[in-house]
Amino acid sequence: MDISTHKTHTGAPAPTPRPAASQRKHAARGATRLGDRVFLGLTRGSGILLLAIMVAIAGFLAYRASLAISKDHGNFLTTFEWNTGQQPPVFGIAVLAFGTVVSSIVAMVIAVPVAVAIALFLTHYAPRRLSGPISYVIDLLAAVPSIVYGLWGALILVPHMNGLFGWLNDYFGWTGVLSWEGGPPRSMLTVGILLAVMILPIITNVSREVFRQVPRMHEEAALALGATRWEVIRMSVLPFGRSGVISASMLGLGRALGETMAVATVLSPNFLIKASLLDPGGGTFAQNIASKFSEASEFGRDALIASGLVLFVITLLVNGAARMIIARRKEYSGANA
Amino acid sequence: MSTAAIAEKRPSSLRGASLPKWSPYAIALGSLALAVLIGTLGGLHSRVQWGLIAALLFILGTYGVSARVEGRRQAKDRVATSLVWVAFLLAVVPLVSLVWTTVQRGVKVLDVYFLTHSMGVVADTEPGGGIYHAIIGSLEQVGLATLIGAPIGVLTAIYLVEYGRGRLAQAVTFFVDVMTGIPSIVAGLFILSLMLIFKMQPFGFAGSLALAILMMPVVVRSTEEMLKLVPNELREASLALGVPKWRTILKVVLPTSIGGITTGIVLSIARIAGETAPVLLLVFGNPFINTNPFEGAQSSLPLYIYQQYANSVGSGAAYDRAWAASLTLIAFVMILNLGARGIARWKAPR
Repeated sequence: MDISTHKTHTGAPAPTPRPAASQRKHAARGATRLGDRVFLGLTRGSGILLLAIMVAIAGFLAYRASLAISKDHGNFLTTFEWNTGQQPPVFGIAVLAFGTVVSSIVAMVIAVPVAVAIALFLTHYAPRRLSGPISYVIDLLAAVPSIVYGLWGALILVPHMNGLFGWLNDYFGWTGVLSWEGGPPRSMLTVGILLAVMILPIITNVSREVFRQVPRMHEEAALALGATRWEVIRMSVLPFGRSGVISASMLGLGRALGETMAVATVLSPNFLIKASLLDPGGGTFAQNIASKFSEASEFGRDALIASGLVLFVITLLVNGAARMIIARRKEYSGANA
Repeated sequence: MSTAAIAEKRPSSLRGASLPKWSPYAIALGSLALAVLIGTLGGLHSRVQWGLIAALLFILGTYGVSARVEGRRQAKDRVATSLVWVAFLLAVVPLVSLVWTTVQRGVKVLDVYFLTHSMGVVADTEPGGGIYHAIIGSLEQVGLATLIGAPIGVLTAIYLVEYGRGRLAQAVTFFVDVMTGIPSIVAGLFILSLMLIFKMQPFGFAGSLALAILMMPVVVRSTEEMLKLVPNELREASLALGVPKWRTILKVVLPTSIGGITTGIVLSIARIAGETAPVLLLVFGNPFINTNPFEGAQSSLPLYIYQQYANSVGSGAAYDRAWAASLTLIAFVMILNLGARGIARWKAPR
């Protein structure tokens, strides 16, 4: 299928990495050479196909998005509305961008400290017998489909938030950020808490791997100087693992930014930016696409694709940055080992 | 507790005073009792609040006692220990709650009838009906996605490990990493933009394509790790016997690592089986049984859960069906996970 089309134009000169060894067997090479060439073509073709898919995603999204944005009678970046059905259409991503960033920040603020603590727990605190099963439990958390989190969030978490919201409003309502008018607690804070639960496993797993790589010598040196366990962690584990934790958090952030179903089920959306995290309202890119999609006309779908393109670019930047940090530290730890 | 007595021992001992082993448990019990007392007297209904008060009292108590007996540094260490434990327990709460409610509410309507009937003639708000159509849709879409995604993923990984040098390999490695983070809804929008260009109606295979895109980078990553584990001596021995490189890869490298590769593929299947967003955009959902993934809207388990929840807000019957479908989906994913671990153990290179 797709592979065979690539095979034809990539099968050409293959820099086989062992020329010297095979030079003498010139006669025997004729038959094997073809197989090697086909196989290299196939494998390299799939690699190129992956790159082509990435380029195609960007290209086709940009093309459909340009169709929609060119007819937009508002400013695509700053308009506070999403009316693709009216004439002339007016829509913009200001509210979605705000909601996506706010919900992700809330999720990060909750998830990162807890995840780092759990990673430390697994590597430095848990009894060895417990560490394995607990890692497995964390993996299970990661394996639960997001729609099940969404259902759980909407039907179980939301009713349980009333108490917390009332309490926050009583004591911190004066800040404005945590005031509550008493609407259903389907707000950005609830979404953030749910997202935090969902991104916890990935941050924990990556941080755990980084903490495992801390050179034993560093820790033992600290212990020999009489440091307590916490001081060992502060002096040798955390400095060594800082960049790893940062990139782990960014991977989690990437996931929180793009999460769709859990936000779509929990949030009660509207196109307003509110200072309060507790009052229902706002929206995120992914949630807006999922909930507006079924009623959207073809033009409406193009507009949703335009907002998806923005999400794509944001997640690309976040993930790319995270991967670069990881790649850099790999070299570093490789030199150490 | 006789803190003064312990403190007096300090100068004579080389190690400095330390709290007895049972003291954390004692402080935990004490703070729990105090929290219950405060909770009942203060008229706080939520057990969660009781728990929070208990945790706070425990940390404060630990710090206070330890700082008095053992000194500030030890006290900080103990507080850190208890905070780490609290964080762990905090993470377990949602998992337990999620699994518990899914099982408890899911078993209500989950039976053979539910698994073998569709929603064809059942209104969303009425009891009855089942998930047969959704199971068929899920199996077909995920199966097709695996047929596309797994070979491409494995081949790419072979390229990266066995051949990959230079710019192209670096670019592929980087973009595979970045691709892992593509939101599922963006993959769905990509296929949607193609469908809009070719004026196509929703059908199952479109969903498979989006799922395959999500699957590929995961397969590449896991296969890469497994291929790197194959000892170079095996490759060299085979090449020294005059076996061509491609036969070496097919007959020596792949069989050695096949267990790990299969595990990775099964785990990636488990991941895409739970994806809702692309299916919502591309397959659209259909209460009737449609066994043809190449024509007409289909359903799938995650999409079924979403639509049962979203299309009939407040209907108990629909919620029951959503929970039962969630239980089926989680069971499916967990079986895949356990199966993957089983394969890994069974086929582990010896």
